[in-house]
Amino acid sequence: MSTERREVTPINYLNATTGWKSWLFTTDHKRIAVLYLISITVFFILGGIFASLMRLELTTPQGDMFSSDTYNKLFTMHGVVMIFFFLIPSIPATLGNFLIPMMVGARDLAFPKVNLLSWYLYIAGGIFALAAILAGGVDTGWTFYTPYSTTYSNAYVMPAVVGVFIAGFSSILTGLNFIVTVHKMRAPGMTWGRLPLFVWSMYATSLIQVLGTPVIAITLALVGLERVFHVGIFDPAIGGDPILFQHMFWFYSHPAVYIMILPGMGVISEVVGCFSRKRPFGYSFIAGSSLAIAVLGFLVWGHHMFVTGQSMYASMVFSMLSFLVAVPSAIKVFNWTATMYKGSVSYNTPMLYAFGFIGLFTIGGLTGLMLATLAVDVHVTRTYFVVAHFHYVMVGGMVMAYLGGLHFWWPKITGRMYPEIWARIAAAITFVGFNLTFGPQFLLGYMGMVRRYHSYAPEFQPLNVLSSAGASILAVGYAIPFVYFLWSLTKGEKAPSNPWGAKGLEWETASPPPTFNFDHTPVVTEPAYAYAKEEEVHVG
Amino acid sequence: MADQAVPMEQHSPFLQHHFDDLDQQLDSSTLGMWVFLLTEIMFFGGMFGAYTIYRSMYPEAFASTSRHMIPWLGGINTAVLICSSLTMALAVRSAQIGKRNLIRIFLIATMIFGIAFIGVKFTEYYLHWKDHLVPWAGFQYPEAPQFFRQAQILFCFYFFMTGFHALHMFVGLGLLTWLLIKNERITFGPTYYNPVEITGLYWHFVDIVWIFLFPLLYLIGAHS
Repeated sequence: MSTERREVTPINYLNATTGWKSWLFTTDHKRIAVLYLISITVFFILGGIFASLMRLELTTPQGDMFSSDTYNKLFTMHGVVMIFFFLIPSIPATLGNFLIPMMVGARDLAFPKVNLLSWYLYIAGGIFALAAILAGGVDTGWTFYTPYSTTYSNAYVMPAVVGVFIAGFSSILTGLNFIVTVHKMRAPGMTWGRLPLFVWSMYATSLIQVLGTPVIAITLALVGLERVFHVGIFDPAIGGDPILFQHMFWFYSHPAVYIMILPGMGVISEVVGCFSRKRPFGYSFIAGSSLAIAVLGFLVWGHHMFVTGQSMYASMVFSMLSFLVAVPSAIKVFNWTATMYKGSVSYNTPMLYAFGFIGLFTIGGLTGLMLATLAVDVHVTRTYFVVAHFHYVMVGGMVMAYLGGLHFWWPKITGRMYPEIWARIAAAITFVGFNLTFGPQFLLGYMGMVRRYHSYAPEFQPLNVLSSAGASILAVGYAIPFVYFLWSLTKGEKAPSNPWGAKGLEWETASPPPTFNFDHTPVVTEPAYAYAKEEEVHVG
Repeated sequence: MADQAVPMEQHSPFLQHHFDDLDQQLDSSTLGMWVFLLTEIMFFGGMFGAYTIYRSMYPEAFASTSRHMIPWLGGINTAVLICSSLTMALAVRSAQIGKRNLIRIFLIATMIFGIAFIGVKFTEYYLHWKDHLVPWAGFQYPEAPQFFRQAQILFCFYFFMTGFHALHMFVGLGLLTWLLIKNERITFGPTYYNPVEITGLYWHFVDIVWIFLFPLLYLIGAHS
């Protein structure tokens, strides 16, 4: 560890300027990333509270804690908050914002003011969503299906729709910024083939954000106009087609699922390479599979609509295309495994989260194949099987990757180390709690327990109690990092510039980095991940 | 950042700190605007897609609405927008060669065309309102009662699509006003004309959207 650094505190992005104005009007991508980090944590806690209340209700078969109306609102707000205000901005807006300029060797994103604007849009959207929650909630489900959302719901649909609409533009602007930055701001020698795999996955994510989000924006705008003017395009009363809403909704919202997993895959590629001391196996295949997932992701939305009465032939095509997505996803999983093979694997916290990701994502992905199979899907549609499947991908996958990435780059972001022992314990608790929460839900769904009800048949109770117990363990697993991350801000050991011995431009500058990232524009002379086997991890 | 080993160009007052040179800055802002226009295509594309589906479902009902459209007003507006694109292109050219007076003239001309377009558009809205063709304000369709419901969908599309287009025109006029003020304060020239360039791209895009809207909304019945 560096000892001489303790004597002087060098100027960095955190202490360069002070005062709340220097944060709220900053155009520094690193500070904006921290702003995002704080705000998405607030929404994560909020969404977690809704989930806990649901799990509490489901410990008994009777609907004894909440009325069915309240329960409808709970799962709706859990979905809206977690998807639009936590998962979609999670890795892109925090780690992506912080790292992409540094990884490509730039002083900032291409449009720093637009970056700040995107945070303000996110906050504005969040305020509308909070207003909807405080006013009494929304009960449409996070999918806002018509005609219930446009005509029949008496809940606060409009503020929620406006909130998601505005937050969508924050997502678009983030994606736009990343695309231009990757194209135009790379340092000398940073060719496309030398980009870190995290940048490749963020680039693929950005393509989805830029091409998909406008479609949900216009869809929600039409829903809003219908609701306000009581006429409209999806209204069956005048010959409109409510199924068209689902097509337009899922045209975005299925690709959005990949907004919620591709960045996680990018984090895992970095972490697995670093803690195996090896260049990730099949660099170009991992990079290319990110793009393949982004492209294929736009062609599979119909698999959400197998039981809506869409043409059987359309369903068959969507089913086959959905199977195709498994190919690039599997390429990644096999390549991470192959990277570890004969590598010098060390079990630092980020790597533990990566192990968790690979296992849980594999389960989530394989059950996704079951759901892409037409007949099986019809059998388990609208059951807890679906709920378990997408939580394995989004929570078991994305949240694991997010936490892994946060641990991996925490020394770079804050200049402090977290307590390794506690972090490993938390990673293990999270893994156990997660499986206990969502594993039983596969069984429940397969046995026929329908989602979105506050009561259920008594024979499902043991597995539901197990799931609720798991949720409380999972909550502990999330609370521990929250505590020691806060603790480390003042009490943590000072971090050296490269605590993991990792490769990549972000590790060549100080921790925390100076405002313009590098003292001199870096010149890249070697390929990405030029790991030599004998290097050791310094902390552990 | 105090950095000595930089080219002279870095001292250009227009160069933002995080770019290496003005070329990189121009390339970035232009690419950024193109990516933004891509999102706009998807935004309008959602409406065009939904329109296409309903038109193939209800072709006769949609065609029957043509008699209520005023193609010559729409035609004038199309011509007005094409002229505005010409003056916008000339404004960009003037910015590239750094002629402040020409920039001012062409920007004002573009704005006049834009305001004329909106004036004509709102006149049409007023006429539709008088004919009870606004779906949320007592929609009536006495000539072809069998199409009463389906024609309403077309008019929903008509107002939503042209409404979003008009909204984009207002944004464009705002950008032109901003350029007009900027043109008095700083000197555009061969090394720095990005704002005019990317506003031009935006303006042409909004123009092209109208080129698609005009036949789809005004001329549906013309060939039948």
